[in-house]
Amino acid sequence: MKKVKHRNSTSKVLGFCLAFLLAFSTSIFAQGDPVAGKSLFNSNCAACHKLDKDMTGPALRGVAERLEKDWLFEWIRNSSKMIKAGDPYAVEIFEKYNKTAMTAFPQLSDADLENILAYTSEEKKAEVVPVAQAGAGDASADSGMSTDLVLGLLALILLVLAVMLFMVTKTLNNLAKQAGVQAEETDSVWQKFVKNQFLVLVAVIAFMLFAGYHAFGFLMQVGVDQGYQPVQPIHFSHKIHAGDNGIDCKYCHSSARVSKTSGIPSLNVCMNCHKNISEVAATTADGEYTKEFYDGEIQKLYDAVGWDGTKYTGESSPVKWVRVHNLPDFAYFNHSQHVTVAGVACQKCHGPVEEMEILEQHAPLTMGWCVNCHRETNVKVEGNEYYAKIHDELKKKYGVDQLTIAQMGGLECGKCHY
Amino acid sequence: MASNKKYWKSVEELDTNSIVETLQQNEFVEEIPVDGFLGDKETLEASSTTRRDFLKYVGFSTAAASLAACEGPVIKSIPYVVQPEQVRPGVADYYATTIANGFDFASVLVKTREGRPIKIEPNKLASSNGGTTARIQASVLSLYDNMRLKSAKIKGAITTWSKFDADITKKLTDLSAAGKEVVLLTQTYASPSTTRLIAEFKEKYGNVRHVVYDAISESAALDAYQEKYGERGLASYDLENADLIVSVGADFLGDWQGGGYEAAYAKGRVPEQGKMSRHIQFESNMSLSGANADLRVPLTPSEQKVALAKLYGFVTGASVGGKLPAAVEAVVKKVAAELKKAGSRAVVLTGVQDKGAQKVVFAINEALVSKAFNPSVPVKIRQGNDAAMSKLVADVKSGKVGAVIMSGVNPVYTLANGEAFGDALKKIDLTVSFTEREDETSAYVNYLGAAPHYLESWGDVEFKKGHYSLMQPTIKPLFDTRQFQDSLLKWMGSAESYYTYIKSTWSTGFLGATSWNKALHDGVLVKPVVVAEVAEGDVEEVEVTNVSADVAKLAKAASKGLELTLYSKTGMGDGQMANNPWLQEFPDPLTRATWDNYLTISQADADRLGLSLAQSTFFTEARNDANGGLNGTYANVTVNGVTVKVPVMVQPGQAVGSVGMAFGYGRKAGLKTEMQTGVNAYKLYANANKVQEVKVELTDGIHEFACLQLHNTLMGRGDIVKDTTLEVFNTKDAKLWNPKPHVSKDHAMIPVDSPDADLWTSFDRSVGHHFNLSIDLNACTGCGACVIACHAENNVPVVGKSEVRRSRDMHWLRIDRYYSSQDSFNADVEKKDNIAGLGSSLVEFGELENPAANPQVVFQPVMCQHCNHASCETVCPVAATSHGRQGQNQMAYNRCVGTRYCANNCAYKVRRFNWFLYAENDEFNYHMNDDLGKMVLNPDVVVRSRGVMEKCSMCIQMTQKTILDAKRDGRAIKDGEFQTACSNACESGAMIFGDVNDYDSEVYKKKNDSRAYHLLEHVGTEPNVVYQVKVRNSKEA
Repeated sequence: MKKVKHRNSTSKVLGFCLAFLLAFSTSIFAQGDPVAGKSLFNSNCAACHKLDKDMTGPALRGVAERLEKDWLFEWIRNSSKMIKAGDPYAVEIFEKYNKTAMTAFPQLSDADLENILAYTSEEKKAEVVPVAQAGAGDASADSGMSTDLVLGLLALILLVLAVMLFMVTKTLNNLAKQAGVQAEETDSVWQKFVKNQFLVLVAVIAFMLFAGYHAFGFLMQVGVDQGYQPVQPIHFSHKIHAGDNGIDCKYCHSSARVSKTSGIPSLNVCMNCHKNISEVAATTADGEYTKEFYDGEIQKLYDAVGWDGTKYTGESSPVKWVRVHNLPDFAYFNHSQHVTVAGVACQKCHGPVEEMEILEQHAPLTMGWCVNCHRETNVKVEGNEYYAKIHDELKKKYGVDQLTIAQMGGLECGKCHY
Repeated sequence: MASNKKYWKSVEELDTNSIVETLQQNEFVEEIPVDGFLGDKETLEASSTTRRDFLKYVGFSTAAASLAACEGPVIKSIPYVVQPEQVRPGVADYYATTIANGFDFASVLVKTREGRPIKIEPNKLASSNGGTTARIQASVLSLYDNMRLKSAKIKGAITTWSKFDADITKKLTDLSAAGKEVVLLTQTYASPSTTRLIAEFKEKYGNVRHVVYDAISESAALDAYQEKYGERGLASYDLENADLIVSVGADFLGDWQGGGYEAAYAKGRVPEQGKMSRHIQFESNMSLSGANADLRVPLTPSEQKVALAKLYGFVTGASVGGKLPAAVEAVVKKVAAELKKAGSRAVVLTGVQDKGAQKVVFAINEALVSKAFNPSVPVKIRQGNDAAMSKLVADVKSGKVGAVIMSGVNPVYTLANGEAFGDALKKIDLTVSFTEREDETSAYVNYLGAAPHYLESWGDVEFKKGHYSLMQPTIKPLFDTRQFQDSLLKWMGSAESYYTYIKSTWSTGFLGATSWNKALHDGVLVKPVVVAEVAEGDVEEVEVTNVSADVAKLAKAASKGLELTLYSKTGMGDGQMANNPWLQEFPDPLTRATWDNYLTISQADADRLGLSLAQSTFFTEARNDANGGLNGTYANVTVNGVTVKVPVMVQPGQAVGSVGMAFGYGRKAGLKTEMQTGVNAYKLYANANKVQEVKVELTDGIHEFACLQLHNTLMGRGDIVKDTTLEVFNTKDAKLWNPKPHVSKDHAMIPVDSPDADLWTSFDRSVGHHFNLSIDLNACTGCGACVIACHAENNVPVVGKSEVRRSRDMHWLRIDRYYSSQDSFNADVEKKDNIAGLGSSLVEFGELENPAANPQVVFQPVMCQHCNHASCETVCPVAATSHGRQGQNQMAYNRCVGTRYCANNCAYKVRRFNWFLYAENDEFNYHMNDDLGKMVLNPDVVVRSRGVMEKCSMCIQMTQKTILDAKRDGRAIKDGEFQTACSNACESGAMIFGDVNDYDSEVYKKKNDSRAYHLLEHVGTEPNVVYQVKVRNSKEA
């Protein structure tokens, strides 16, 4: 609805833009560049400050209006000096925010500070509320209905045809009876089938093959959880983290580099970023989940780690994640061997995690799957002194340029089962 | 012909209408009430559930249940909230710490995974006491003991530490005001910080007496040292400087004077350039040291004293009286001559518990100017004082003592008159005991302090003068425990923790330029002892103390009856780790018995006293049951009116006229019922004297032993243990004393390793790693540290006494012990080779089964031999066992279906079958059936299930880790990096592991050494485990 309004009042928009431009231009002369200020703010201040919300430090929108510029400049460059000097407001702020001294920024020039202040003085933009997708939903429902309708019609026609056929046969039979035509007593198809021993044999063999094939298929998938997608206690979206924000897998799963387990990140790793990110950007919530939903999930993290928005309460409750990838105990798998030594991309086994809103098991994780890869993949030997001697010798022995893992002995039982 | 005779079974049958007739008519005596449910046809038909329906339901529910089981369980993963910086899941961390429990002292490395200690390893930076024994290896399991004391208690009721402290501080202040005496009764701490702390405590409360008490006393040696050198300690011996070691009753490879001599001893035992040390042992019990000796002379304890006196006489030329059997006297004379010849390269040790004897040994060593005798660096790890202790017991009984505060001691169990002491303790108001469990003493004290395990504690130790070691916690205390030292600090009103206290002791004392963090990292710190400068001229005048009075006293020693020597077992020690299932199931190196102690007696004495069981025959079971289990008689052993009933074990090599019995068993308090084994020998430890005159008589009952080895001799099969003398080794060709076996092909003898003799086509193993393990029978002392290390590393289950008796023990690594049947193994071989004809073989093979009265002994560690041509691999129907390129015989447990064909086909009998599920099974209530005990499991190795064959994997998880680490760092692997649990634990260097494709490696040299041979080489299995021929220095130099 809002969109429609905006679209219609082009003149108003134009006027607003003009006014904004004017304000912008004046601010350049008077206070600095808010665009430059934004980047400075993000690199220097955003760890502790937000524009509209108190964090480690106070919310900063309109701070230039609240306080004198000289005072602010001095505070930013050396707050502890002011506190020591006993500046009343400085002391008050210091006391209010848990006696955490603000980092001093003597390196920021006057122009930088002007820019930052200009940024903090910007008006709060109206939040872009994503337009509800009611219409779209209707449309899809419509199309669904139409296919149903077509199918239904087809079924009806078939039914009518069947009824007609049945009636025709009945009428013909009646006619025949009336005419005294003696229908031949023939065996039914079933009786004929039963009498034909060859057919029965073939059918039984076919049935057994069919049943055997499917029974085997069923048994082979027992314990294979490909596509396993459990509901997690916190809806963690790999799509947002690894995909949209491009965070490296090993930033959170750091032990994959050195350990046999990739490690589920401890909550303090989450808080490295989420101390400052308490809500998702409006644009993030464009899919099937709303912004409120995502913010609620971040709140769950805060509850678990015991963060009340400004400080840790010390009351934490560890998150009980549901394990997705699960190798049996008798199989030894080492992440660092694959990640660090072989340089295998995480996606090779875990699939396109960066596209997964809810993580699922991509690979079957069966022994056949492991072995296949070991047969096909060459050992990465470049620059690794460990392989220098053995690789040369084995190359000669097998007469190949590149050794597969299998040729290096990667298929021996004891390499994974002990 | 028909007969009209009537046969009847009983008189009643003749009587008509008798019950007999009724019985003849009816099949059952009473009518079976089948009509109740089958007679009523209507109800049957009316029932909605027919038989067919019932079967359908059963079938359906079974199918449903099995289908539901196909669904995988949901597994939760819970990460840390805040991950500790040092912990990386899946990566082991190592910390250097020190065990100092009053009996075992060593500097060790602790392997921790995810913050829990799982294995003890030797600290190779340590210059002294850096080795691990079986007990030290097993001590990690005692940490996870569910029977530990979990919080402080006052009069049996759980209390808080603040209440505990308030009570005790008040009482201490009152006692101090009243001038009554407070006694601190502690174990040997050998800790500079604790010594300082106790001194400060004394200052604060005035009338404080500190009594140090060792359960197994070395007081005589300490007194002798103190008298001569003015300091309480024990002389240290540098055995690597000795070419001739003469020991009179000193089991220095065991727990003699705190132990720790093994590595230095083993160094000299490996023949290098034709030389090795010679070891002569005089002893009564067969000990580890005696078993390793080149010449072992069994003597009763009193004869040992006389022999020592005579030895002194022959060495110094003094005339000494006393009577010895002529043969023994001749041996002593020869030994003395050898000693004199070896001079400063000889050393004499004694375990005779007599101050005079110890002084005589000092005098002999001084007379020899022995380089191995080092009194200037006293050993501090035994400090107990018998006189002080007996005075304390008397004072407590007479009520002179106001308070007794104990730590690390269990006197009610370890004193011969323990209960009497306990009753006296009950009369004292303030009795405190710091203990890890509610032990025997706990019942008699009012205040029980829950003490932490050493892996949860801070501490420091001075093993020898100037050799310091630090103890640091490797896990947060599992229970609400607090150290004795922290408590003392609290009671002194100090806010300091013992940690900072140690730090200040070190930094003000001996830390010097070393940083605290470096010392903590290394775990050890050595400060050279400043020996007072002695002017050149004075050396000549070093006064040999006059010991003639002591010698004369020793020479008079005699005994009327049997003499009992109490000793400590390699597995159980003084008994403080009795609740440790690994140690209970640890086979004694000599008797190979588990879960027991017993009276060791010579065959001659056993026959004389009727204590010997006859050999089992086809028709009778006596010494052995049908399943092989060893049986023994019981004897009543009486010392000073105290009688205990003990099973009897005939021990070859036991001196006639002597018996032996081990400490550490017979504990009840604070132990699982399964661990309450054996008989308490401390009851016979009157006056803390380990030698007692005893009366032994047969009593009723047959004892069932759980003995792992039922056949004690080699029967002259010199190819299993190759054994030669130094003389032959030096002078003859290797072909003679280490012949390569030949086999017959087309009626021609060819060497067994020739390709023609092989069933298998050989696989090229020249590329990559090829692991070999070399075991030097000369260096192996049989101590068994490797056995427990293997348990800890590989999650080997404990099966319990009755299963061990059925030969279902699970040890992946066993140490076979063989006795010779003749005087030496070579004589056995000769005898076997000379057997000819039916009569001779019928008699003489039987004779070869019996060990000699004083046999030669050999230890042979046997684990999976990882045969390149393995007989087990060929017969597995499911290919569960296969060979790796790196030489390991791999066992895929999940593939095994349990046919046990492989075990039957294995020439070395090293495969172990899981007859039961040993984890989480109440029938096997050991550490794997316990949430706490399971914390010791190694997460890199599978816990095997029922019906699966298992065996030594040559620690493939360790070799794989070494390879991975090198790959990750992008570097080649250096020699020594590859280790197995056993080779790493081996203090004596008998086990060397490595890559034989690395031609610079130690193991490559060992493999190609002239002493190298394979076990049962003629079978042609080409094992990857190599043994080194045992060489004995049996000819006098």
